[in-house]
Amino acid sequence: MAAMTYETRYKLIISLRYTLLILISAIFIFPIAFMVVSSLKPDLQLLRDSGSLLAFVPYGDISLNNYAFAFERVPVVQFAFNSIFTTSAAVVASIMLNSMAAFSFAFLRWRGKKLMLTFIIATFIVPFEVLAIPLLLVVNSLPWIGPDGLEIGWLNTYHVQIIPFIADSLGIFLFYQYFRDLPDELVEAARIDGASIWQIFTRIVMPISGPILATVAILKFLLMWNAYIWPLMTVRTEELRPIMVGLQYFFQRYTYWGEIMAYVTLVTIPVLIFYLALQRAFIESIATSGIKG
Amino acid sequence: MILAADVVFLRALINTLIFAGVIAPLQGGLALVLALLLNQALPFINVFRAIYFAPVVVSMVVVSLLWRFIYDGENGLLNTLLGIATLGGFQPVDWLGNPYTAMPAMIAMSAWQAVGFHMVIWLSGLQTIPTSLYEASALDGAGAWQKFRYVTWPGLRNTAVLILIVIVIQAMGLFVQVDVMTRGGPLDATQSVVYQAVQRGYDKQDIAEGSAISVVLFVVVLAITIVNRYLTRDRD
Repeated sequence: MAAMTYETRYKLIISLRYTLLILISAIFIFPIAFMVVSSLKPDLQLLRDSGSLLAFVPYGDISLNNYAFAFERVPVVQFAFNSIFTTSAAVVASIMLNSMAAFSFAFLRWRGKKLMLTFIIATFIVPFEVLAIPLLLVVNSLPWIGPDGLEIGWLNTYHVQIIPFIADSLGIFLFYQYFRDLPDELVEAARIDGASIWQIFTRIVMPISGPILATVAILKFLLMWNAYIWPLMTVRTEELRPIMVGLQYFFQRYTYWGEIMAYVTLVTIPVLIFYLALQRAFIESIATSGIKG
Repeated sequence: MILAADVVFLRALINTLIFAGVIAPLQGGLALVLALLLNQALPFINVFRAIYFAPVVVSMVVVSLLWRFIYDGENGLLNTLLGIATLGGFQPVDWLGNPYTAMPAMIAMSAWQAVGFHMVIWLSGLQTIPTSLYEASALDGAGAWQKFRYVTWPGLRNTAVLILIVIVIQAMGLFVQVDVMTRGGPLDATQSVVYQAVQRGYDKQDIAEGSAISVVLFVVVLAITIVNRYLTRDRD
């Protein structure tokens, strides 16, 4: 047979590459597909199918019953509201605070700046779970001025779920990296034109920081939306619980797997949508100047 | 109580170090392979990027619950798939119930969940390498492997350091998977330092002990990070 032309060889390589990419996709998608399909099945069928390829086939007694039962078991709307509230509060506050901190590290001159930055980045190496217990002791004895006057202890509140997560060393670091790569002339020119520090921050630096803003927002969103251990420790009042804690309600004397699948599907879908909406900016920002060694 | 003489704690410490030691090269390497596969301007490449990244956005609690089904010994998807692949020659394994397979199973699942994140970081590193370097090496007659060895890899040095540190830090914090999938068992095969810290500090209300474990972990992670930085420092 004659040698393949360059074009056929190229086509062959491309199609092989796509086959490989699709096969790998299957590895990443199958547990998520299993989750969504299972949420439509009654428990008996779910458990029977879970060991075979039928796990991915929506057949038999398909219904939204599991969703209806999940709504009955867990105050979904209340929990979702709590999560949306605490998540958006933390996302907005942490973007403002951490970008300002990073701005100061990147553009202002002050004593001890380098040492401070090193300290902040060093705290990044401590896993949150390790801090949880000492932090619990701290928040338990902090004062708060609420509608009933001065109170001691932050347990069973919204703010205990928000405030500890606003300042964030990773967020500061990401903003700092991004700001540092911006051209100096930009800030210098504005300064010569008589712009104040606040004007430089709000009118010049922030408007061109969209990609890194999206990155910090996604990371904070994921952390807050998926919060589980901390609210489990600090919030016993049912009306204030976030969405992930609702999972506990399905592990009673009997484990309701179909309802669990329905619930985790409900919990995961908003995150996937949020991610898809921001993913372009997110991947671009990491891919252009976000994270460097 | 003395941590140094505590068998369960030592087991947890060793397990955590093994977990971090295996997952860092495994996950970092797989992420690099995926990044190299996706680092080209083909149609729909963004769709694949999004798919590979998707598990990252799913909560670890949810991921752990799903993989409990997949790893199930009686009626698990993994056993079935391996059975099909070997035409029935595969003996079913209770992946999380067997002390020899529980930790490897946990490592595989954790890598699956997080590999997309590090893939994106590798992609960022790949895109900072100037195309002119590749063109020059092509002119010199370099093959694919030589291009990787002498152009790509040196250009990724900083990224590699960052990825290694981030994976190790995350791995040392191993907790949710243990809590949801095995509770440290079987036979303490999946005990982890943070799981011990939370169990003792919170569940048993022994805050001093929990804090002592936390301090040990902090020192270990700090030491690893410093050694890592030292070994990968700029020599020029």
